Amino acid sequence: MKINSPLEAYKFLPGTNCGQCGETSCMAFASHLIDRSLQATDCTPLIEEKKYKKKYDELVTLLAPEIREVVIGVGDNAISIGGDDVLHRHKLTFFNKTALAYDVWDTMEENDLVERVNKIQDFKKFYVGDYLTLDMIAVRSVSNDPKKFATTVKKVMETTEFPMVLCSFEPAVLRAGLEVAAEKRPLLYAANKDNWQEVAALAQEFNVPVTVFAPNDLDLLKSMAKTFADNGIEDVVLDPGTFPTGKGLKTTLNNFLKIRRAGINGDRDIAFPIMAVPFTAWMAHDDEISASYWETVVASIFTIKYGDIMIMHSIEPYALMPQLHIRDTMYTDPRKPVTVDPAVYEIGSPTADSPLLVTANFALTYYTVESDLSSNGVDCYLTAIDTDGIGVEAAVAGGQLTAAKIKKGLDDAGFDMGKLTHKVIVLPGLAARLQGDVEDELGAAVMIGPTDSGRLPGWMEQNWPPKK
Amino acid sequence: MSNKMKLSGLTDLLKDLDVESLEGVTIEGDIELDISGGGGLNPAMAYAMGHEAAQISLHVANIARMLGYPVDQLFASAMGGLPQAPVAGTSRIPELLPAKLDVSKMSEWATPIQEVTLGATSADGGSRKSTVTLGGENALPYYFDAEMPHRNYVTMDVFDMPIGMAKSVKDNYGDVINDPAEWAKKVVRDFNADMVTIHLISTDPLINDTPAREAAKVVEDVLQAVDVPIVIGGSGNPKKDPEVLEKAAEAAEGERVLLASASLNLDYERVAKAATDHGHAVLSWTQLEINAQKELNRKLMKQCNVPRDSIVMDPTTAALGYGLDYAYTNMERIRLAGLMGDEELTFPMSSGTTNAWGARESWMKESPLKQDSDWGPREYRGPIWEIVTGLTLSLAGNDMFMMMHPTSVQVLKEITQTLYGSIEADEIDITKWIGAEV
Repeated sequence: MKINSPLEAYKFLPGTNCGQCGETSCMAFASHLIDRSLQATDCTPLIEEKKYKKKYDELVTLLAPEIREVVIGVGDNAISIGGDDVLHRHKLTFFNKTALAYDVWDTMEENDLVERVNKIQDFKKFYVGDYLTLDMIAVRSVSNDPKKFATTVKKVMETTEFPMVLCSFEPAVLRAGLEVAAEKRPLLYAANKDNWQEVAALAQEFNVPVTVFAPNDLDLLKSMAKTFADNGIEDVVLDPGTFPTGKGLKTTLNNFLKIRRAGINGDRDIAFPIMAVPFTAWMAHDDEISASYWETVVASIFTIKYGDIMIMHSIEPYALMPQLHIRDTMYTDPRKPVTVDPAVYEIGSPTADSPLLVTANFALTYYTVESDLSSNGVDCYLTAIDTDGIGVEAAVAGGQLTAAKIKKGLDDAGFDMGKLTHKVIVLPGLAARLQGDVEDELGAAVMIGPTDSGRLPGWMEQNWPPKK
Repeated sequence: MSNKMKLSGLTDLLKDLDVESLEGVTIEGDIELDISGGGGLNPAMAYAMGHEAAQISLHVANIARMLGYPVDQLFASAMGGLPQAPVAGTSRIPELLPAKLDVSKMSEWATPIQEVTLGATSADGGSRKSTVTLGGENALPYYFDAEMPHRNYVTMDVFDMPIGMAKSVKDNYGDVINDPAEWAKKVVRDFNADMVTIHLISTDPLINDTPAREAAKVVEDVLQAVDVPIVIGGSGNPKKDPEVLEKAAEAAEGERVLLASASLNLDYERVAKAATDHGHAVLSWTQLEINAQKELNRKLMKQCNVPRDSIVMDPTTAALGYGLDYAYTNMERIRLAGLMGDEELTFPMSSGTTNAWGARESWMKESPLKQDSDWGPREYRGPIWEIVTGLTLSLAGNDMFMMMHPTSVQVLKEITQTLYGSIEADEIDITKWIGAEV
């Protein structure tokens, strides 16, 4: 965005402090505009009253993200990509997490196709209160036959609501796919130096977003993007080519760096979302595990450095799990708190017979333990000790989790161990070395739990209630 | 326009026109052609008139084009499309606009990262066959702004007693788990480790309370067993570590080891003195806090007189899914601050990448949560967890990786050296990826 202080945004607001947006003042609203947690459309007077029209329009222009946002798909499953304003996540946060598309191809047997699409759309992993999932299906034209492609696209649409990427360099094939799927707003892949006129015409005719592909030719890439945008095709995605190995990979990384740096620094002609195709790793490796590993490694690089959408092949859990987590790692808002409030939390419906567990107040640690307990129906008291937001193992090593800290945590929470029938406190396995100190400090019996809270339900079955 | 003109006259007029004489010509009104002559038109006459009309329209069209009117689009729509538009129904964009991508280098990155050399050869009074130099960067790693002077290095973990390990890690070390010297040999010989870290964990009073002097013997054994530079780690017990590292530093005199570590929660002065007295480097370890890192580095330099070329930082590694976002951003901020001139942060960095094995995804047989999709075989999950954790931090500027699994080491070295630019590979025609049979 072109402005970076609430004061600059405030000038375009009504200044009446009417409170309709839910904020106490226009200045407070302005600061939310700058941190992008609210939008200009959230100010009712600004959009409804005619006299503010000019200010509203100016404000929207000033607040527009440096990298354009492109929407693929429709309705609840639509995916936005791009929209970033910074080169480093700590400067604000990265927006619109990298969209993950996995491939199917038009020479697949129908049963295999449906099975693969279902695997892609059903994959989920629970993490800190939510599921990590995949986003899209990329349909590859291997046959180069428009009819086959259309049939495959149709079958994918019948099987999933996931948005699609239609992949072919043959305009007739793309047209066949669009005739089936245009209303679902798929992403076209791709216009290149040979077919760009015809693919541009398709993007115009069917009003869909389009990828421009210029392997290791950033001038051509920019030229195509600029030409498309000047002719009213604004929903453009850039593919500078993903060379999977050797010097080509180093060059690819630097192409991504150059495109994004230029875009954030104000070169509008190149300020579009970027696509990586880690799929190309499969062209460099013969055996499946090596290919899958290398694809995951390449995908990690471009999740960290500016890939906004990626096409991949491996749907093995050992590839999907790290991919989902590295994406979450990069797109987690660094402004959100690291800690949970130190307290004794009730999980389920604990009674005087329920165990008292200890953990750290690092949010990730706490929520992991909490979900392990609650999803397995364990009723207990879970104490989050103030470890300055450091996890258990590191906090024991660094002195942020000690017997004294545990005592203070229980005292501050007003928790009376006397109300428990068992007078037992359960320490995390990674804090086993505190056992003696805690027994002395609290005068309570100490049990050592497992080193990973995922094993707590099994541990409870074996060890709870404690033997007298 | 009251004057009537014959068609042929108009044709003649237009035929002789050139661009210069167009100025001042105005065309108004419709051109009306009355071709309904009495008694019908004979075919020869109709052909002649058609020819003339077509000629006229061609000339008029030329004029219109000179005046900037999009004649071709008009003709295209009237005639039902241009003949060469087999796929697209709408008109084509005639040509690409020229463009050049200009990207400036980061002028703010004006301060180089300090170089730190570990290990000493016989020329420098040690017995290592080669040394390792970390740091020296003038940009974020692998960036086009400046060449990276040194590649990333991996030091593999060796412990002075058997410890609990994930099954897929342990499977590689069953034969050497009771012999640190053999263990060290194995990681260098079989697993391509650049360096070895000997962790003296048995010295912890809560474990075996091995006396510091005895632990120093293990260090000597490891130095005998391998000729790569080494890192010496304590047990993490803040009371015991300074003594353990003192004795170890003494035993490793002349070898320029890295002592791990000095931290704010132990007597860092003793650790720093052990390093400076015996010519070693020291690892400055803090916990995900850039200001604490500055404070400790400052104390090591100002209060303990550790030379700048003898400090490596460990700002803490959290595993993928367990705080890697904090670890990544912390390292990235440290490196950017260093490049932009914060002299308290211009040091190479080290990562305890082995921490990735603390993530349940790396070692647990299956998900503890019933709602999850199948996690698949853990043999493949573990190494990739360690690789992605390390790779992520390499992009934040980390120089050296402490690691455990041979596959992880192999792949991490491959990918970091690929990005560094020292790995050649056959060129692949990626324009064919869509049709690839996989």
